[in-house]
Amino acid sequence: MTPRKKRIAIVIAILAGMAIAAALILTAFEKNLLYFYSPTQIVNGEAPDSRSFRIGGLVMTDSVKRNKDTLDVSFILTDTINEIEVVYNGILPDLFREGQGIVANGKLDENKLFQADEVLAKHDENYMPPEVAQALKEAGAEIPHQQYDTTQ
Amino acid sequence: MKLPRWIHQFGSPKYFYELSLWLSRWVAIVCVICFVCGLYGGLVLAPADYQQGDSFRIMYIHVPSAWMSLFIYMVMAVAGGIGLIWRIKLAEIVARSSAPIGASFTFLALVTGAIWGKPMWGTWWVWDARLTSELILLFLYLGYIALQSAFEDRRVAARAGAILALVGIVNIPIIHYSVEWWSTLHQGPTITKMDKPSIHLSMLIPLLFMVLAFKTFFISTLLIRARSEILEYECNASWVKQLLGSNNVTK
Repeated sequence: MTPRKKRIAIVIAILAGMAIAAALILTAFEKNLLYFYSPTQIVNGEAPDSRSFRIGGLVMTDSVKRNKDTLDVSFILTDTINEIEVVYNGILPDLFREGQGIVANGKLDENKLFQADEVLAKHDENYMPPEVAQALKEAGAEIPHQQYDTTQ
Repeated sequence: MKLPRWIHQFGSPKYFYELSLWLSRWVAIVCVICFVCGLYGGLVLAPADYQQGDSFRIMYIHVPSAWMSLFIYMVMAVAGGIGLIWRIKLAEIVARSSAPIGASFTFLALVTGAIWGKPMWGTWWVWDARLTSELILLFLYLGYIALQSAFEDRRVAARAGAILALVGIVNIPIIHYSVEWWSTLHQGPTITKMDKPSIHLSMLIPLLFMVLAFKTFFISTLLIRARSEILEYECNASWVKQLLGSNNVTK
């Protein structure tokens, strides 16, 4: 083996070793790397019940109820299969609207209500001018929105 | 494994020094043209987004910076690997000169992302997989730069840096696929997904100009940085002494 071939072997060994190590670490920590749980995962009992966690889903149309005098708001989050009701007291982000994807941080209470202490909007990967969105709507086509993968 | 002769010729510092000045100028001209087109298209011609309004325009800086942060790391690692295996001086110089540019783009991507995140998401920062892995990339760059200045001998520093760069390359696919593998607050890919891009053409074209502008900015800056590195590397070579006038070179 010439010194150069030896160096090539070392470089390949570094790359292969790191790839294997990373694959093992990421597989081991897969659950911890999820930023949020979907309503289906929560219904299946995969979410922790003793500590706070994040829930992600679409705000169901016509489900937002606001209290006129306080900042209390409640809405239903759905992944189109299962639904979880979220209650929150605070200011919602600008992008919060019905049909929009959001992520909320909080805890499930004993009534299976999600008590959120933080609500973040998850904007999707679609960009278009308002006229295009309007035209899509008028044509009856669905405006594409973030798909929530329920298999995760 | 032997490299073709022309690579060695191009890799000769003297040849590269002469060619790079001419090359960096032309690339810089392309960069300025693309920058003007991209900024005008992105800030004036492109319509506001149907949901985000004018705030989406920060992506004309954010997206190219984020792409460049990954691309420059690849350049750094590949050049480092070539330098490690074939001991080509120019490859070491390219790797060394790339690092500060890459670190700057990573920083820019993180900062513009935070500025975007505050109004859109409602928070400056979250520890989701995409943002965290990009932050690790910044630390990798900073570690590489620190390592470069930790050694007296440039050739030793280049070898140590190359190993760090090769070890860190595992982070690149993680950053890229983080939004697909795990649920993240950061949205999924818009342009690089296999089916048609989910961005309107009037917004996409300025973005592509900006991507080209950032890429040519990197190439032109890299060439200029590499030129000054070559002079320091080769300060004892006869052609450098001749170039600078032998009295000026003290070392």
